[in-house]
Amino acid sequence: MNELLERFLQGDRRALARVLTRVENETEEGREYVRALFPLSGRAHTVGITGSAGSGKSTVTGALAAEWRRRGKHVGIVAVDPSSPFTQGALLGDRIRMQDLALDPGVYVRSMASRGALGGLAPAVNDVVAVMDAFGFDVILIETVGAGQDEVEIAGTALTTVLVNNPGTGDDIQAMKAGIIEIADILVVNKADLPGADTLVSQLQALLTLAPAGARRPPILRTIATTGEGIPALADAIEAHRAELERSGELERQRRDDARHQILAQAQSILLERIRAATPQDELDALVARVAARELDPHTAAEELASAVLGTPLRP
Amino acid sequence: MSSAPTTTKKIRVLIAKPGLDGHDRGAKVVARALRDAGMEVIYTGIRQTPEMIAEAALQEDVDVVGLSILSGAHLELFPRVVEELKKRGVDDVLLFAGGIIPDEDVPKLKELGFKEIFGPGTNTQDIVKFVFEHVKK
Repeated sequence: MNELLERFLQGDRRALARVLTRVENETEEGREYVRALFPLSGRAHTVGITGSAGSGKSTVTGALAAEWRRRGKHVGIVAVDPSSPFTQGALLGDRIRMQDLALDPGVYVRSMASRGALGGLAPAVNDVVAVMDAFGFDVILIETVGAGQDEVEIAGTALTTVLVNNPGTGDDIQAMKAGIIEIADILVVNKADLPGADTLVSQLQALLTLAPAGARRPPILRTIATTGEGIPALADAIEAHRAELERSGELERQRRDDARHQILAQAQSILLERIRAATPQDELDALVARVAARELDPHTAAEELASAVLGTPLRP
Repeated sequence: MSSAPTTTKKIRVLIAKPGLDGHDRGAKVVARALRDAGMEVIYTGIRQTPEMIAEAALQEDVDVVGLSILSGAHLELFPRVVEELKKRGVDDVLLFAGGIIPDEDVPKLKELGFKEIFGPGTNTQDIVKFVFEHVKK
């Protein structure tokens, strides 16, 4: 076993930080750490915090972490912010809202850039969470990028998903659309001291009554994260959700679903990498030119690429 | 579904403001310039203690720490930041600083381990170039 892993297993936070960097960069060394540490994961309660930009995700996340510290739990936080699609740079500012936790040895905050991932998280987020889980945190809070309507990846990463809503951000038809609202295990109306909070709560309640009979109805909680109001009740609801998952056997089913999803996602990226590596640049450029000129459709072009690597034509 | 992973190593930078002055325009301009140069910049906001800065540098495993200060307390605060970093074993980051720092203090700060001190009017591209040139690969 290498020295870094040894220090990690002894609880050295610097070693954790270094392992996370290698895992996040998806290096071969990083994969070795995931391989070694994955069997130690699966104990933490992973909690996703999602919602639109400015809804108060970071403040809710910070307040929840403080609440669990009061309950004697060790808390890891993974906070994802977007990378620039043009320069791949990122400004990661979630720590600003978590100042009170800055010197608490029972809290560890890691900022991640989305690095081109589209679902509201980052490419290596599942591995990063698994490594933090293996380090021994009791709760891991995963804050997504500002999510609009369709960033639903978090549900496959976290056991419990919390959707943070705000008053004054749209009528009830917004909430009736498919997508992010369907993955919420708990609905939060944050900034509940603002006008419109009551209206939003009743709209969400009305929406939930439209759900088919027998469907689980997520609880709706009001918070004012900046003052901490409603946060203990939210922590209770999150803990109750996990207890319910365990009682109903849903936890096992969810773990299997997540595992299946992760395996297939990895397989997809391996195949893509293989296709990229095996395709000469001029060949790709030639296909690009033909599709851009509308001589060839993108599906057929992709099949040509893929079948060249996989050996068999995808379509007989 | 995640899109194709980018496996290249990213330069991670912490931009922090120690002390009590609340003027963070300069820090934000530098953070933005480094972001636009393709780096991942962690910005922690104003009024950071040396302990908070060192702890953030440790947790985020950054390659570079840039401090901004306009209060005149740099000779007070910067040695404490360096000390807190060392205490945590974070001894291999590239350190730089900017703000209102008199010329006669620059040698003392360089001795502490600050590779460069950037004064008012610095072209942000010079800072970008500096980081690319000196960061540990």
